[in-house]
Amino acid sequence: MRAMTAVMLRELSSYFATPLAYVFIVIFLVLNGTFTFYLGGFYERGQADLTPFFGFHPWLYLFLVSAIAMRLWAEDRRSGTLELLLTLPIRLREAVLGKFLAAWIVVGFALLLTFPIWLTVNYLGEPDNGVILASYLGSWLMAGAYLAIGSCMSAASANQVIAFILTAAVGFLFTVIGYPMVLDAAYGWLPQVMVEAIAAMSILTHFQGIARGLLDLRDLLYFIVMIGGWLIATAIVIDLRKAG
Amino acid sequence: MKIEIEHLSRRFGSMIAVDDLSFEVNAGEVLGFLGPNGAGKTTTMKIIAGFLAASSGRVRVGEHDVGRSPLAVKRIVGYLPEGAPAWPDMTPIGLLHFAARVRGMTLAAREHRIGLLVEQLALREVLLRPVETLSKGFRRRVGLALALLHDPAVLILDEPTDGLDPNQKRQVRELIRSLSRDKIVVISTHILEEVEAVCTRAVIIRRGRLVADDTPDALAARSRWHGAIGLRLAEPVAAEAFNGLDGVVDVEEAGRDGRAWTLFIAPKAQGGAAVDKVRARLAASGSSVRELWLHRGRLEEVFHELTLEPTEAA
Repeated sequence: MRAMTAVMLRELSSYFATPLAYVFIVIFLVLNGTFTFYLGGFYERGQADLTPFFGFHPWLYLFLVSAIAMRLWAEDRRSGTLELLLTLPIRLREAVLGKFLAAWIVVGFALLLTFPIWLTVNYLGEPDNGVILASYLGSWLMAGAYLAIGSCMSAASANQVIAFILTAAVGFLFTVIGYPMVLDAAYGWLPQVMVEAIAAMSILTHFQGIARGLLDLRDLLYFIVMIGGWLIATAIVIDLRKAG
Repeated sequence: MKIEIEHLSRRFGSMIAVDDLSFEVNAGEVLGFLGPNGAGKTTTMKIIAGFLAASSGRVRVGEHDVGRSPLAVKRIVGYLPEGAPAWPDMTPIGLLHFAARVRGMTLAAREHRIGLLVEQLALREVLLRPVETLSKGFRRRVGLALALLHDPAVLILDEPTDGLDPNQKRQVRELIRSLSRDKIVVISTHILEEVEAVCTRAVIIRRGRLVADDTPDALAARSRWHGAIGLRLAEPVAAEAFNGLDGVVDVEEAGRDGRAWTLFIAPKAQGGAAVDKVRARLAASGSSVRELWLHRGRLEEVFHELTLEPTEAA
């Protein structure tokens, strides 16, 4: 726990000591605004809710979270600091969790800074703030899932660009398998049970579940398992690939 | 406290980096770990430090097996990885506090130790500068401070003086010497004078296998330079002046003016008697000796012979 906190704080200060966190946050906010107001037709819809805002999050995360995740382990492997870190008396899982949490906090912080849009809908109308709160939670959990995938991909490659591409690709896969278009196509030639099983694996399906304002235990569990599973995979990959 | 390495092997794919290596290091010893590049020094040190797992064999540090309880080993080992890596955007003070926090040191203990090391390693002027802006020498010293942070009983230093200038090298050697009374220190190095300066024992490996394990003096004594007589004369002589001297196996001119010579002596004939004979011969031929000294032997030459690749020898 002590070692994990130390790693998390070190990572956090590293995000803010370099332009990384600032660039991430600014780009995240600018893109969010652009997507919501121009592509999402925030005003034109005439509804006081944040559906268009949250609707773009999976796609934003797909490359922004991949970008922040790509350096998680790849950089340490390349520069030799992995050796410095792992020869300190620290358990691998503490290191994995500490790094993940720091990145997750940065993303969460960026998400919190979108609060003006929440103020805007509350000014314009009377939205269901419970649904908005649930959506924020769901969005953060979803970011955590992409981040955990990225953590594993970053551990698998010492090359950050490769880590980025792999993360975006795997994240994309986990996103689109929940899309109605994809599922409809699958219904044609796969048994219904399998299509439902595939849909149940999708980040999108579970996020939308939470974003509707239904805090279903199954959705929460999905994200916990997803994050936990990919982080365990991260630890395994690091252990296997330390030498290379 | 001791380090025991038993039948240690490590493979990377089909490449064997460490091949059935066994030796022990006891408290109070400063072990110089030598070998040409790629001989397996760094791999062995990474295994002792708990970063890499062994393919077979085992390593014990004190009462802990590195494979079974790596955490316990990491608590008592201070390790300087090859190249002294550090996060480039961190400052030395940030790095030291981070490592101390991971090691569970209290704030008071942290500040005391860090203050001490900053003095010992002369880091004060760079404490607040990002590591990426530091010179190689400072980086190496920051790495040393990280390794020494918790006053470890075992120090594993992979090329501790690489990149330091002669004065800094000397400081670090003095530091290592001052540490070593009750500790185990293992240093890898290419610099053979360093082994003679700080090590009480030298282990030489080649292609992952142990080829020599002895004190630096005993190793140096294996060279043909051991017991050789160095001479400086007032007047030039020719090599023939030494012909027929008992025990002299070879004569080499050491200078260019015919005044300085090295006489290599057969192992059995080494010592005072050989010196007396040389003196007598020179006195008889009328040359006066300005200086005469005995060579200790050259570690460099022994190292070269022990680690020469078969292909190069052929």
